[in-house]
Amino acid sequence: MAQFTGSGLSSFRGGRMAFRGLDFGVGGGEMLHLVGPNGSGKSTLLRVMAGLLPLAGGQLQWDGTDLAEDRDGHRARLAYVGHADAVKGELSVTENLQFWCAMAAHGSPNGGADEAAGLQRFNLGKLADLPARFLSAGQRRRLNLARLAAIPATLWLLDEPAASLDSASVATLEAEIKRHLEAGGCVVMASHGRDPSDSMVLELSQYAGGGMDFEDAVP
Amino acid sequence: MSGLGAPGALGALIARDIRLALRQGADSMMVIVFFVLVVVLFPLGVGPEPAILGRIAAGVIWVAALLAAMLSMDRLYQTDHADGSLELLVLSPLPLELQFLAKAAAHWLTTGLPLIIAAPLLGVLLNMRAEGYPVLLAALALGTPSLSLIGGVGAALSLGARRSGVLLSLLVLPLFIPVLIFGVSAVDAGLTGLAAKAQLLILGALLLGAAALAPWAGAAALRQAAE
Repeated sequence: MAQFTGSGLSSFRGGRMAFRGLDFGVGGGEMLHLVGPNGSGKSTLLRVMAGLLPLAGGQLQWDGTDLAEDRDGHRARLAYVGHADAVKGELSVTENLQFWCAMAAHGSPNGGADEAAGLQRFNLGKLADLPARFLSAGQRRRLNLARLAAIPATLWLLDEPAASLDSASVATLEAEIKRHLEAGGCVVMASHGRDPSDSMVLELSQYAGGGMDFEDAVP
Repeated sequence: MSGLGAPGALGALIARDIRLALRQGADSMMVIVFFVLVVVLFPLGVGPEPAILGRIAAGVIWVAALLAAMLSMDRLYQTDHADGSLELLVLSPLPLELQFLAKAAAHWLTTGLPLIIAAPLLGVLLNMRAEGYPVLLAALALGTPSLSLIGGVGAALSLGARRSGVLLSLLVLPLFIPVLIFGVSAVDAGLTGLAAKAQLLILGALLLGAAALAPWAGAAALRQAAE
């Protein structure tokens, strides 16, 4: 079973310590919920987990392998949903999704991508040929999330994925997450407000760096 | 990890950028119109003397091509950076260095190639002698891809900066000078009946050097920008 762990993680954002001494572990079929007030470092931690941001300290491991030694393998296994939806207004809904499927097709250990499934599961079938610039904020978000259903990835890193979604789409997202967990995948999700009853919770404010400056922390 | 899907993914990236450029056709058109306008301004500025125009034709066309290439450069990564696509590109399993090459190729196809096609017409306008045309085309064909590659590094470096267009010009125009020097001197050699082979070989060497080095620098800059 896949196991994604971090130990003693710390990271800087804008010259300030976002968090330090943070440990977590999430296994196959498990979901880790990141909670905390605005600015507590949820997004920073997710970007660190994705490999977009460097670590100031600590270690991230997948099945006991240090991620620093297997960047390619990590990129091939993860799906990241950030704040921006990465939707090109000039392309149609299908073309947008097709592009990301084609990009993921390289080196994916989990088999091919299926954009039709992505469109259908996130209820975008009727919009398939529409230029994406006509989509509403919620529809753009759904198009971004459709990557999750279309492209096989073991580890989902979701940063406030339910932002601007209507309640039906939130239910779709929750069903997709459930399906992913049942298939043995891992999910790390940041959100504020929602009650994360059936999953592990990581409260970020307890790892706060206390606004420590970069200069103070580096000997 | 197999590399089997890499050509497909690279093709998809090139196709997407070309499609984006064609759908927002104004951008590509503007580059060509700018190129033509700058060249047309010269006869108005230096006077309609055919001998003078013929002598400066190669230089004018090259400088105008450099400026036109600059003009299109800042949109290369700007929109990807703004809409979050860059993060996903950085996170995609395809090596970022290859993606940089694909983006540069798409940029060349949508701006460099039209510039090459327009150049002979402008040569006629500037009274360039017939011997110069083959060399001009060969020099542009070897030189403009270097501009796309070097400019791509500048575009990646200037991401997120205020007034990135100006910063980009300051970063990149000095690096275009070798291409300009050998591009113009190749055409001059052709016009005076000398062999232009040496200059064309140097342009080719510059292109190979840029193709080998620019992807590393560009990919590092893109990773930095995606932080």
